[in-house]
Amino acid sequence: MENLRYLIILLYLASTVSYLLYLFIQKDGFHRAGIYLLIAGVGIHSAEILYATVSSGQLPATNLYDALSIAAWAIALVFLVIQFRYKIRILGIFAAPLAAMVTILSTRLPETPIPAQNIFNSIWFIIHIVSVFIGDAALALACGVGLLYLLQEHAIKAKKRGFFYSRLPSLELLDTTGYACIVVGFTMLTIGLITGFVYAKAIWGRFWSWDPKEVWSGITWILYAVLLHERLTVGWRGRRAAIMAIVGFCVVLFTFFGVNFFMKGHHGQFTTF
Amino acid sequence: MAAIILLGLNHNTAPVELRECIAFSEEDTELALEELHERTEFKEILLLSTCNRVELLLVTDDRETCVAEAKQFLAEHNRVPLDDVEPALYVHEGADAIRHVFRVASSLDSMMVGEPQILGQIKSAYRTATQKKTSGVILNRLLHRAFFVAKRVRSETGIGDHAVSISYAAIELGRKIFGTLEGKEVLLVGAGEMAELAVENLIRHHAGTIWVANRTFERGLELATRFGGRAIRLEEIPESLQHVDIIIGSTGATDLVITSDHVRAIMRRRKNRPLFFIDIAVPRDIDPAINRLTNCYVYDIDDLKEIIDENIEDRNREAIKGERIVEEATIRFSQWCDSLAVVPTIVALRRKMEDIIDEQIDKTLGGLKHFSETDREAFDRMKQALINKMLHDPTMFLKSNGCLGDRSLYLDVTRRMFNLDNER
Repeated sequence: MENLRYLIILLYLASTVSYLLYLFIQKDGFHRAGIYLLIAGVGIHSAEILYATVSSGQLPATNLYDALSIAAWAIALVFLVIQFRYKIRILGIFAAPLAAMVTILSTRLPETPIPAQNIFNSIWFIIHIVSVFIGDAALALACGVGLLYLLQEHAIKAKKRGFFYSRLPSLELLDTTGYACIVVGFTMLTIGLITGFVYAKAIWGRFWSWDPKEVWSGITWILYAVLLHERLTVGWRGRRAAIMAIVGFCVVLFTFFGVNFFMKGHHGQFTTF
Repeated sequence: MAAIILLGLNHNTAPVELRECIAFSEEDTELALEELHERTEFKEILLLSTCNRVELLLVTDDRETCVAEAKQFLAEHNRVPLDDVEPALYVHEGADAIRHVFRVASSLDSMMVGEPQILGQIKSAYRTATQKKTSGVILNRLLHRAFFVAKRVRSETGIGDHAVSISYAAIELGRKIFGTLEGKEVLLVGAGEMAELAVENLIRHHAGTIWVANRTFERGLELATRFGGRAIRLEEIPESLQHVDIIIGSTGATDLVITSDHVRAIMRRRKNRPLFFIDIAVPRDIDPAINRLTNCYVYDIDDLKEIIDENIEDRNREAIKGERIVEEATIRFSQWCDSLAVVPTIVALRRKMEDIIDEQIDKTLGGLKHFSETDREAFDRMKQALINKMLHDPTMFLKSNGCLGDRSLYLDVTRRMFNLDNER
């Protein structure tokens, strides 16, 4: 299993290098290489997760080691989907290294197996985990697109067309992509929360128990709900939406890591090391 | 041996007053080709005439007479004294002429480096020459090479990238903001050549409705009709900002026509959709402070000029790469020209035969070990005799003057028939 993960890291890293070359040299070949390498990485990664799920009878998300691996897989997967839909090539420069970094981080952690408990077998649990991770990945990409938007916006506003101006797509495309990422992220987060409630009800007998992770997930959800609402009503688009996407993702990160380090709760055991 | 000669004048050597006197129209070009073709010194002729250059590309055996006659012709045909024309003329020969043709076709010699029209102009000049049957084996090959080089320069360097005119620079910026200009509505405030040009370019990019606001409503109406848009009064501008996406300011007004307050009031109703202001008026029509509002972008004439200057610098940098491609092609074409002499062709033909016979002898004798060294020498002598006999008539033919004055054609056919340049 360990070797397989090194292979995955290698593929993600190779994809990162291709995208870096694409950024500097602007030849289509590098972009194509980048995306094929990433597809190969995601393919093997999916197989690894599937194998672990089947052999242990539960989704491998019970410790931080596995959770990070799933996070990386989700980032790469969501990026591929976004790329095919919006043809926003340059986003690879953000997604590929992120996937590589998170996977590397996962291998640096001790693999402390948690004895299989039947609380992890529920279908609600699987949907909960998968949708939350895909949602977080989409929000991570929204943050990346937001950063690119700010770079490009600054180039046009300041009338200083530097390195990025010709390499980044139009503001409109960046804005639409960012919006799409947030819609996907928010939807998945909502599904994740609902399945979480259902699951909590089944296991602990109550929907909501003021667990810090629950609280922070709620805050995140409200934040993105406000962002989407404002966009639809008064048109929070462009610069403000980009900044909000970045701020929102910081909160996501805190919910993902921070809560486990600073606070205790029933999610703690999945992500401690 | 035939020489390639290029003779002409361009924007660097001749002022516009002279260039417009020398220019050839489409019909003039045909007449000129016919007239020159009757003279025996001119074996192949191509005449290129654009607003920035007039050039005669010639193939001749007698360069001195040819150059003198061509100069005389340019002056007489256009009824200009030769003394006026002569100082502006440049004459290139051989590799220099080849390089010049390649540079012109690749738009490296243009007034605006990288402008795309020149290639089309050369193509049509070449078409006229082929119709009048004044181009032959050398010019055909040279021109096809030139088209190929031009294509390579364009695709491998960035000399055609980025706008070098105000209206194109504005379009490029618009596309960086809106992605596509399709359906984007445009408000033209005032009128003026540059502004109208910009609007025409926007229409070519499938922009939506064109709104025209002008001090005199009649003039506005006239413009609006021309663009298939609608005319509004100046007082309606603040209200119209809710609907349009691109605003072009080009009035002669001394005060600002659109202020920051106008825009701020409208952004919320626009749901913050971006606004792109292009201010080409001096003094300015659009408040520069608008650029500080979110999702609003203001570019005035100086900003656009700065972009163009940068782009021109970029093109000039890219042109250096283009020169390298041209140099490569020039060397290769010169080699081909040199090979069109009789002696190298016969030598190459001989070598080819030697190689074939050597190969076959080796193959045959390889299995026959009983031949002595003396026997082998006899085979070698036979080989030489065979080649001499076989090549006798072709050699005599190529060396004779029986080629109806167009020896390069037969040399080229020979080289291609026997694949002497290893092109297959």
